[in-house]
Amino acid sequence: MPDILLLIAGMTLVTYLPRWLPMLLLSSRPLPGWLTRWLSMVAPAIFGALLAPALFLAHTGEPGTASYARDYSYLIAAVPAFAAGWYFRSFLATIAAGMGAMALLRFFSF
Amino acid sequence: MDIRGFCSGLRYAMPIMLGYFPVGFAYGVLAVKAGLSPFWAGMMSFFVYAGSAQFIAVGMLVAGASVPAIVLVTFVVNLRHLLMSAALTPFVRTWGVPAQAWFAFELTDESFAMNLGRFSTRGAFKPETFGMNFFAHITWVTAGVLGAAFGSTGSNLEAFGLDFALAGMFVALLLPWLRTQRGLAAALVAGGLSLALAEGMGGQRLHVLVAAVAGATVACLLPEKAPAKEQDTEHTNA
Repeated sequence: MPDILLLIAGMTLVTYLPRWLPMLLLSSRPLPGWLTRWLSMVAPAIFGALLAPALFLAHTGEPGTASYARDYSYLIAAVPAFAAGWYFRSFLATIAAGMGAMALLRFFSF
Repeated sequence: MDIRGFCSGLRYAMPIMLGYFPVGFAYGVLAVKAGLSPFWAGMMSFFVYAGSAQFIAVGMLVAGASVPAIVLVTFVVNLRHLLMSAALTPFVRTWGVPAQAWFAFELTDESFAMNLGRFSTRGAFKPETFGMNFFAHITWVTAGVLGAAFGSTGSNLEAFGLDFALAGMFVALLLPWLRTQRGLAAALVAGGLSLALAEGMGGQRLHVLVAAVAGATVACLLPEKAPAKEQDTEHTNA
């Protein structure tokens, strides 16, 4: 299967380079203070950028079929997760509250 | 090799593994529909190791897209890793090139999030990091192969709330930042912008990169607050 080999090789290359090059290039020189400060703000920004669509724009079913619909269960389950995490300051409590809420939602809607 | 340190990474990999299994399995199911054997489905999970790109790739295969087209889309979808790689650099700059090269190979949204959280509270402990990454990676590959070998579109692994594991992990990792003014600003700006752009940018996940750059920049432009008020310095001085 030369095509699939070529596909995986190509995908690997274009995925790997953005993962590795910044690390390689930025490690060999001292970083200016402003860049270090900016990089320290990348984490909350990425978490927000990944999380917001995952919670607000979730869908179920396969695109293009009748079963495809908005799914608000992520958003609903996020409420107890945020609340538990804010109150208990605990990583596990956050995930457990969210997964528990999700399990309840699934149990009562299927 | 520090086996105990390596295995202690399992603790941190757990939420990732819980979340990866159903998603990786679903990818395997779709990969078979796209004509991939379980072997090649697993090879893609091992080498590409990027969920959204793999889903888009098998979808495009079904639609009859060409190899260059799929590779180009994969490149665009995974450009967001540039930013994650750069943000992790201050913690791993003394690791040497081979260790960094392997570390980067296993960089995903989830491993980035968990590693950055660990690095800024516990330090960049190498064996534990590679252990955590290994267990997450092996779960992703195994789930893909199993999905391809035994799965059907009827498989429902969404029960038990497993599908909230990854979202819950991001909530947990984001929360400490929300207690600081800059972290809150970064998350709100990036989250809002990401939402606004998500459906307009062709579903190629570029909105994550654009929104995160904007969020981090806005946060940096905020005036530095006097450090006396709250005590979350371990996060702001990362």
